[in-house]
Amino acid sequence: MSRYSRHISLKEIGITGQNKINASKVLVIGAGGLGCPILQYLVGAGVGTIGIVDFDIVDESNLQRQILFGTSSIGKNKAEVAKEVLQHLNPTINIQVYNKKLNPKNSIAIIEPYDIVVDATDNFASRYLINDASVILGKPLVYGAIYKFEGQLTVFNYKNGPSYRCVFPNPPKKGTMPNCSEVGVLGVLPGIIGTMQANEVLKIILNIGEPLSGKLYCFNALTNQSSTISIARNEEQISKIISREFNFETLDDAFFCASITSEITIENTINEDIQYIDVRELNEQPRMDLECLLEIPLGDLSNQIKFILKDKKTIVFCQTGIRSKQAVSILKEHNVSNCYSLKEGVSAFGKQYYKTI
Amino acid sequence: MRIEIKYFGMLAEITGCTSEQLVISSTEIRSLKTALINKYPDFVNKDFRIAQNQELVADTTVLTGQEIAVLPPFAGG
Repeated sequence: MSRYSRHISLKEIGITGQNKINASKVLVIGAGGLGCPILQYLVGAGVGTIGIVDFDIVDESNLQRQILFGTSSIGKNKAEVAKEVLQHLNPTINIQVYNKKLNPKNSIAIIEPYDIVVDATDNFASRYLINDASVILGKPLVYGAIYKFEGQLTVFNYKNGPSYRCVFPNPPKKGTMPNCSEVGVLGVLPGIIGTMQANEVLKIILNIGEPLSGKLYCFNALTNQSSTISIARNEEQISKIISREFNFETLDDAFFCASITSEITIENTINEDIQYIDVRELNEQPRMDLECLLEIPLGDLSNQIKFILKDKKTIVFCQTGIRSKQAVSILKEHNVSNCYSLKEGVSAFGKQYYKTI
Repeated sequence: MRIEIKYFGMLAEITGCTSEQLVISSTEIRSLKTALINKYPDFVNKDFRIAQNQELVADTTVLTGQEIAVLPPFAGG
């Protein structure tokens, strides 16, 4: 056990504590900026079983902060690469890779076998899903989130403590968040917050110190100022989660991001069963001759939602592709989620689709 | 009433400062929120919670004028 001798020599851990670490099962969701340092420290500490969930591949722009990856990892699945590196760090532990996106259907099966869940994701849809599933399954959830130079850290669902929805009951309003994938971030910030998440995991496993339950820790890397805000359990929110059982809310993260609009080119739509919506004014030319076409000027769209088939793939177009982007935002607000704005507008169709008078 | 107010994350980008002193006639957290939206119209589209004296508080909590923090959710990871 010389690998763990510096833990064992701490009277707060000892052999008993190290055995607890070795017997524990921790699921880390997201192997990005937060996930990399979390995984490194948990694997180093000897957490016996570690699950890694990530469907994403390594991009060059990740390397500034996602410290498990190197230049040769570019293009490979993050969870797979992480496993390879981590298994070298500590071959004695069992690492499970989930090369998939967590969704309302698979979340229970993935989370259920683990003792502790760690949220290291980068989007609200996953964060609400992970929270709700952790509440339902009664798993403590170690939460970390970052924005540019600031981080938030807390432990949810721990010994009847609060959950994420006790702090932020509902996901942000549609289209109000900055473009999630393009916001800058100081590289060491997820290193700091992720390392603190690993620390919370170990405290929970060892039952030592005070896990950060009921407190939201906020850190600013520029000023080194931190605030610890008390957060209370909200029974009404918890009951709502429990009453929904496994019917998790399906959230589309593109909703929240102001500058991500789902755009599509005409080539990607051939041979599909599609509902088209022309949001131009009725006097704008040329008019289109398409099967399943609705003509609803942008200004009327909110009032005409009842005519739109919500389950069908929907392509919205206008003259140039600008108004249709606004229309997509409006439609998504009304839960028409499978909709896209057609790039370049009507000219993309080609003359064979123009209505002849 | 003069209050010391701290802004976090994207809210500090809207206000252009991480903290400031405001003179507010509000009596509860709800009206403080309205006052903030009046001063910073872009707050209307933002989700945020208010903490008073390092404690997250409800809209109906009485404003005591001590340390206030305005907290947005973060998603990054």
